[in-house]
Amino acid sequence: MTEFDPRIIAFCCNWCSYVGADLAGTSRLQYPHNVRIIRTMCSGQVFPSYILKALELGADGVMIAGCHIGDCHYVSGNKKAEERFRMLLGIMKTLGLDARRIRLEWISASEGVKFANTIKEFAREIKELGPRNGGKE
Amino acid sequence: MTNIGIYICHCGTNIAGMIDVEELARKAAKLKDVSVVKDYRYLCSDPGQDLIKEDIRSMDLDRVVVAACSPRMHESTYRKVLSEAGINPFLLEIANIREQASWVHSEKEKTTEKAFDLVRIAVAKVKKDESLESLPADVIQRVLVIGAGIAGIQTSLDIANIGYEVVLVEKEQSIGGRMSQLGKTFPTLDCSACILTPRMVEVSTNPKIRLHTYSEVEEISGFIGNFHAKIRKKSRGLNPDLCTGCGECTARCPTKVPGEYDEGMGKRKAIYTLFPQAVPNVPVIDRANCVYITKGKCGICKKVCPAGAIDYELGDEIVEEEVGAVVVASGFDPFDPTSKEELGYGRYKNVITGLQLERLLHTAGPTKGEVIRPSDGAVPKRIAFVQCVGSRDEHANKYCSRVCCMHAIKNALLIKEHHPDAEIFIYYIDIRAFGKGYEEFYKRTQEHGIKFMRGRVAEIFEENNGNVVVRADDTLLGMVMENEVDMAVLSVGMVPRSDSAKIQKLLGIATGSDGFFMEAHAKLRPVETLVDGVFLAGTAQGPKDIPDTVAQAKGAASSALGVISHKVLELSPLISEVDERLCRGCGDCKDICEYGAIELITLDSRNAARINPALCKGCGACTVACCNGSIKLRNFTDTATFAMLEAVLGGEA
Repeated sequence: MTEFDPRIIAFCCNWCSYVGADLAGTSRLQYPHNVRIIRTMCSGQVFPSYILKALELGADGVMIAGCHIGDCHYVSGNKKAEERFRMLLGIMKTLGLDARRIRLEWISASEGVKFANTIKEFAREIKELGPRNGGKE
Repeated sequence: MTNIGIYICHCGTNIAGMIDVEELARKAAKLKDVSVVKDYRYLCSDPGQDLIKEDIRSMDLDRVVVAACSPRMHESTYRKVLSEAGINPFLLEIANIREQASWVHSEKEKTTEKAFDLVRIAVAKVKKDESLESLPADVIQRVLVIGAGIAGIQTSLDIANIGYEVVLVEKEQSIGGRMSQLGKTFPTLDCSACILTPRMVEVSTNPKIRLHTYSEVEEISGFIGNFHAKIRKKSRGLNPDLCTGCGECTARCPTKVPGEYDEGMGKRKAIYTLFPQAVPNVPVIDRANCVYITKGKCGICKKVCPAGAIDYELGDEIVEEEVGAVVVASGFDPFDPTSKEELGYGRYKNVITGLQLERLLHTAGPTKGEVIRPSDGAVPKRIAFVQCVGSRDEHANKYCSRVCCMHAIKNALLIKEHHPDAEIFIYYIDIRAFGKGYEEFYKRTQEHGIKFMRGRVAEIFEENNGNVVVRADDTLLGMVMENEVDMAVLSVGMVPRSDSAKIQKLLGIATGSDGFFMEAHAKLRPVETLVDGVFLAGTAQGPKDIPDTVAQAKGAASSALGVISHKVLELSPLISEVDERLCRGCGDCKDICEYGAIELITLDSRNAARINPALCKGCGACTVACCNGSIKLRNFTDTATFAMLEAVLGGEA
């Protein structure tokens, strides 16, 4: 049997986290290949339905990454993201999904190391959780 | 019909070393609607760009995907390629297969697989992209400068000297700001007035500068290139056009009150100018203290004024100005040390602030430059300076105010020059002599016998003779020391101006955790704010000395000129738009918008949201808030996102 190779989607904001991910690259930091980054203008632009859609399509984990609180390029988009994320967490169980499959992170443009470490950690956790279709989710 | 071209860059071996470019090209060619896939060694080079342009023209491509480095590197390069080849530059997507694939992974097969996913995502997105046109907006080629201290003066002069008009608004009755209160300045000891007053005169005589003193900005609306400001010109109680500045009114006014400009160390009249070289040299009637206004008696100033300028009943005037950019140079307030009760300021007469000492040392100040202690007018022979009052303090402000070390050292040296037998103690945590010539200046003062005591002052208490005892933990000797001195000077730090919250709200700019206005980027955008067209200069942005203030003011001038030297500005089209047919007019989007970019309009007798394209920054918050999906962020739509997710998770493109 082949090893479980999770599929992770990361919505990264244009101003902080996407740049942090780029910095991980420029710094040649290695992290698991499982993540696919989708650039958004702001974490506050991520509809809750994006996460649900990704999960519906079989993603094993979904991350939203934005600027640190207080640093949002658009003043308060990350706070809005946080509220919506909390709401999402609340319905994960109802949907029969493990809440650990979704994640909200603040990663600044200077935190290439944090980006790489976060992906490592998230990928490890998702591997531990196992595949969605293999389980009951 | 969609006709997509995909171009894969090798970036030398940066990409091709970890991604099987040929395999990637083979897979990409099978994606739906893709007409051509090519790979090239360096796509950003001229021949690389030409390759794309030729294909667009010869193969009628209508959309392009570039798989290369981060869009932050070359998105604008390839947008230009599309434009030059005759298709809309927004019909481009970049698959970031370098920073986010080849540079961060080490298994070639897996990395190639990931790169293909990134290309699929880009293809799905580019199909949903729409042609967008930049929005042209006319620019009003004038700048509003708020605050006429040295920062605002420098910014205004720089802009006016290039040939553009400036509207300079000053809250006080004269321009000059905090710098005009200073006597000599470190480290060169040149007199502040000698270097400042010529600039002030330049401001008043420059035909390009429209000066509103004793005025406050009350309202600002609009956006970059098109701001509209409402300015209240407060009544001076006299007609400034008639006043000749002869000073007869001030000389004859019978009322004396403590002068704010002298930090309470001297007295002023109820009709007064701040200082002899005030610009404009026109007095103001202090309505709270004028006996005629409060009690209906006196009226001497009106009788003696040879120009007949006095008019007690004169009301405020509102003027309106149109500008294209705004520079905030509103300055700082000195920290009020009364909250530091242990230091006794306000309770003990012989505990004064550094700015009060500055006024005493000023040759045009209340004592004509003689340092005397407030309790008995005696010349103090033992003086203690207490550093970091209100700065580097967990209980007040955490930041360093940057000027207090040098300010204390400078004043200590000046006192020592007047009174070589004076004993001076400077209680410090660290001496920060960071500027050009500062360390040398600090060394010089040490040679003059000024004693530097390392340790924060814990308490000051008063003796019966008016002397004060400074108790401090000497961190070099490791013991608590008490030192009786004739006078203690608190080196108070800088704090945001008391009215800075008002200015923040007027302009919608942000403040940092220290309360000062926040720059757009700590290193690379130090004079910009996050509001386009609004810039910062001087201590409004954070504590700084005169050289740094002037440098930043010149930066703000150049940034403001960068906006208003254009007749027309191109605004980014990547903003939200409302489908007014669908909109239910609930207003949730209006509430969530941080930029006031959304208004509710009446459309066929119902409400609908409308977005001001010049104010919208394209964050997309409103699109999520919208109850029925009638707002979308251009080229970042939910349908595009779903298509991308389908492409990468559903395995289709």
